[in-house]
Amino acid sequence: MALLSPTKPAHARGGTDRPPRRVGFSQRLGRLDVKVSPYLYISPFFLLFAVVGLFPLAYTAVVSVYEWNLLGGQGEFVGMQNYIDVLGQPTFWKSVVNTFSIFLFSSVPQVIMAITIAALLDQNLRAATFWRMGVLVPFIVAPVAISMIFGRLFADQYGFINELLGIIGVDPVAWHGDRLASHFAIATMVNYRWTGYNTLIFLAAMQAVPRDLYEAAVIDGAGRVRQFFSVTVPQIRATVIFVVITSTVGGMQIFDEVRMYDAGGLGGPDRDWMTTVVYLYDVAWGNQKNFGRAAAVAWLLFLIIVAVGMVNFLMTQRIATAGPKGAKVSRRHTKRLMAEARAAAARGETPTPSATPGGAPGIQPGSPPPPPSIPPTSSTGSPDTNHGEDAR
Amino acid sequence: MSSVAVTAQTAGRGAARAAAKRRRRVPIGGSARRAGRLTYFLLAAVLLISIFPLYYTLLLGSSDPVSIAQNPVPQWLPDLSLFQQFQTVITDSNINFWKALWNSTLIGVLSSVSVVFFSTLAGYSFAKLNFRGRGPLLVFVIATMAVPVQLGIIPLYILMSEIGWYGQVQAVIVPGLVTAFGVFWMTQYLSEALPYELIEAARVDGASMFRTFWSVAMPAALPAAAMLGLFQFVQQWTNFFWPSIILTSENPTLPLVVQSLRDNYFVDYSLVMGGVFLVTLPLLVLFFFIGRQLVAGIMAGAVKG
Repeated sequence: MALLSPTKPAHARGGTDRPPRRVGFSQRLGRLDVKVSPYLYISPFFLLFAVVGLFPLAYTAVVSVYEWNLLGGQGEFVGMQNYIDVLGQPTFWKSVVNTFSIFLFSSVPQVIMAITIAALLDQNLRAATFWRMGVLVPFIVAPVAISMIFGRLFADQYGFINELLGIIGVDPVAWHGDRLASHFAIATMVNYRWTGYNTLIFLAAMQAVPRDLYEAAVIDGAGRVRQFFSVTVPQIRATVIFVVITSTVGGMQIFDEVRMYDAGGLGGPDRDWMTTVVYLYDVAWGNQKNFGRAAAVAWLLFLIIVAVGMVNFLMTQRIATAGPKGAKVSRRHTKRLMAEARAAAARGETPTPSATPGGAPGIQPGSPPPPPSIPPTSSTGSPDTNHGEDAR
Repeated sequence: MSSVAVTAQTAGRGAARAAAKRRRRVPIGGSARRAGRLTYFLLAAVLLISIFPLYYTLLLGSSDPVSIAQNPVPQWLPDLSLFQQFQTVITDSNINFWKALWNSTLIGVLSSVSVVFFSTLAGYSFAKLNFRGRGPLLVFVIATMAVPVQLGIIPLYILMSEIGWYGQVQAVIVPGLVTAFGVFWMTQYLSEALPYELIEAARVDGASMFRTFWSVAMPAALPAAAMLGLFQFVQQWTNFFWPSIILTSENPTLPLVVQSLRDNYFVDYSLVMGGVFLVTLPLLVLFFFIGRQLVAGIMAGAVKG
């Protein structure tokens, strides 16, 4: 294309002092620049990501249907045999149960703590940045270091946590012996590192909540706690969903904490706190050195993560559409508005509700705002339907 | 923050300052509420819990294995014997501490620079340029953020072994050169922070596409790029899963040093803890200087995320 361009302006050579050739060439080049540049700019990401991200993930499926060892390399095609083998190993199932158990211990308390701390930070604080930095400190500590430290804090004998429990009269817990206790200890490490980070994400969401909603809630007589549950929580729901989903993908892949929790790093003698990723590691590079089976584990875990993600998504979707939290304030408010309206109608006046934006806390993002005033004729049944929703 | 930045670009700096002030003066609401004593008390407790494990590391590092085995808190203040542990860790030939420090720094710096550059490039393209397939490709990027690519670890290991990178730092560097999160992040930021007028002005002035990117988009992207770089650096610095598989203790990163310490001296808790603190120290120092930006960056990204 560029080769042709010098010849073309020759036709235009007609005595005018329009500069020939050079402009034509650079214009064409310019057009090419405009057309190709966008693809050129995104290509490094896609090329590299394809090689180091997508290809390995897809090729895992290939490895999983072969006999394939760390030392021997690729062997015979075995079909689904690796999957059958893995599903037949009790340790695999144990690791899946452990993963879920640790995940539950870490995700639920973590979200609750993060929202609570964020609510504390979402006030007019002195030295606000100092406190925010304070909650983020654990984030910069490597999980392996956290695991070593908490391994000592949760020591079975003369451990710091057990000592604290002793003060309030609780018997020492076998953090490295009891299955559930070890899950709790490992979940604590995950919580330690990520609570602060999620706190900041919630804090940012809270600061984006329109202030007039609080104003309206105050006029409606809501106290601080009520404001938190009826204004803040419904308003940051999208962020909650975001955090829950990201922490799910992370929580299903816990590895570092388990590897450093004890001397062996494979989840204890009975594999009581071995997660599925640690199991994958053990199959591939530990005792079995079997890549085929490990690839099968990887694919099974992948499916589990996708399934959990879907369940998560559907659940949060339902919560989002039901929106039970927001309904309470608006129901009460609606009642009052209607009482006022009826009184006004009885007096033969036009209704003048006292707090027009008061219904706002009930607004869900994307739903139409409630009407500012309710005509006296509008149904008396509406509070009842709201009531039914609350019960659910 | 971002809307103020936009105001600064469209209506001038004075207007932005006025807008920021106006915002701060809003009377009622969550963040305008004066915090009570209980709030400070609770926050202090949170801070204590955040800091204590690190302090505890110092305590154990200052003590000796015998008293650690018999006391939950061997002493309440760290002392100078801590430096003995540091010295042992640094000079031990099994640990390769300096090499680990160098490797971690190299990986962290290269990875963050690369992620920032390629993400800004792609983000600029997605946010501000028109091309066929833009929508689907962007959806693809977002979808890959939810995919656990770490699970492709076995073929990645086979690949790296095939090309002779087992035990080499480039085996850790190359997979960390781009992230889907980075592209998404910069796309989000640039679509808001970079007005089309600036791009058009540069184009009218005769700047080539790349020149436009380099002198208009890059400077506009700077705040978000700084945050992304920091985030990536921390991620790489604390990364353990992949390095522990592809690297060896002869050529480790700092998290692998923790593993070596555990393997070589598991019962010598004071030495192990001294090493753990030493490994954490560089980021702690860095955090002291850049923590403010990291906080602001995480919060700025959260609203859009």
